[in-house]
Amino acid sequence: MNPYSVLRGPEGFLPPAAALAGNILPETGQGHIEGQIVSEEEAIEEAARKFVSAKVPTIFPGPLVLWGWNEKAIRTAEAVERLSVAGGINIIPMPDYRPKYPKIDPEAEINPNHPNLTIWHNKIDVCMFVGVHCHYANLSLKIIRGGTACFTMAFCAHAGHEDANLTVRDILPEKIDRVTEIVKKLKLNSKKF
Amino acid sequence: MGREKIQINEEFWDIMPDDYKDLVNHSTYGKTDRGWKDVGSSTELIAEHSLCAGCPESIAFRHIMASMPSPEDTVMVGSTGCTSLVFPMVAVHNIHSLFGNQNAVATGLKRALNVRFPNKNKDVIVLAGDGATVDIGLDMTLQSWFRGERFTTICFDNELYANTGGQESGLMQKGFVAKMAPVGKKFEKVRLPEIARESGCAYVAVLTTSKPSLVERVVRQAVLIAREIGPTYLQIYTPCILEIGKQSMEGLQEMRDAEAAGERFKFREFITPEAQAFIDDMAAKKKAEKLASAAN
Repeated sequence: MNPYSVLRGPEGFLPPAAALAGNILPETGQGHIEGQIVSEEEAIEEAARKFVSAKVPTIFPGPLVLWGWNEKAIRTAEAVERLSVAGGINIIPMPDYRPKYPKIDPEAEINPNHPNLTIWHNKIDVCMFVGVHCHYANLSLKIIRGGTACFTMAFCAHAGHEDANLTVRDILPEKIDRVTEIVKKLKLNSKKF
Repeated sequence: MGREKIQINEEFWDIMPDDYKDLVNHSTYGKTDRGWKDVGSSTELIAEHSLCAGCPESIAFRHIMASMPSPEDTVMVGSTGCTSLVFPMVAVHNIHSLFGNQNAVATGLKRALNVRFPNKNKDVIVLAGDGATVDIGLDMTLQSWFRGERFTTICFDNELYANTGGQESGLMQKGFVAKMAPVGKKFEKVRLPEIARESGCAYVAVLTTSKPSLVERVVRQAVLIAREIGPTYLQIYTPCILEIGKQSMEGLQEMRDAEAAGERFKFREFITPEAQAFIDDMAAKKKAEKLASAAN
């Protein structure tokens, strides 16, 4: 077991890439929580718990979900909205990745080049990335871990992200609906978990 | 990509920042008669660029973006230079290539698009500075023309390496003294338009960006000819006002001076008979359509 845990920050100006610290990506059917490989279901349940216990939970949908460029994107957007409504979770979009001048409006959007501004401004303590292209998700996740105390969850359409505090890979609308289902149960009766 | 894919998912419409809503509602995607006159009345496909105030390159960029026949089905390939500061702000798919490799990257891209979308017109436009096109990337530029690759190459010619402080480039005029070329250039400006013509380009034009309607006609023509006939090349004078010691408001006059009779950027174009026939045919069809719609 790798001793390095991908914990909440702030870890410092230049946190190491988790991959360099020896963390590996989950295989199909798995996820990771703080760098430790777990089953996908376990990661999904933990994501729901984090959302329910957060003060300012927020979803950051990226371009792959914000824009209706294919059937899956449209269905994923619907699933994200269901999750947002069920959990009372804010949505702040990451519409694209360009560096914006002179600066972004942190209440309206998040930018991968300085995601910490949005997190600091809105006091976000738990966030979920969904539909963000891998390279910019990695960049953002590292900056967030470096400078904020926000717990990051990356729901990825491909292989997941080591630099998130929690990741679920091969994301489908059904997996987001599974989070919604658990969030609803937790809100009804926390004793069941 | 296609016009139909540039849509915000319904669920997120209310939380999207206004500039993205404007892009969907008021841009010129899918409009067949788009052109420079849309600038000011429609949302442009370029926003918040970080070029210097009054930079002719930014003006050229805006005119080119406004003139592309179908931006939603276009991929631009850029290279190192001031243009690479703008590409992240452009609402058209684009690739940043390694310095000088832009025409090689565009070749692979164009071929892949032809395989992936055999029944669709997918345009590829290379946009690079004179250093990338003529010095560092000359091999790639010429080889793509020799092979007859069907895409448009646009060279923003500012006659030096502006981004790095003013070094001598192949397109610099003879005798010119720049900040980092203090002894003056010893040989003539490379005659790339003539080389392009001899290398197999179906359409070549040399111009400045002082006349938007001319830029529109030339860009449109170059893209459409590249789509159907063969490679096309445009060399556009975009002086670096900083490096030639001008003020922000003097860029336009500099271009006007450079395109005067006998000057190096006097408008000239070369078109092969085949490309000319294609353009004539297109113009005749457009005219017939206009007459038919007027009659109805």
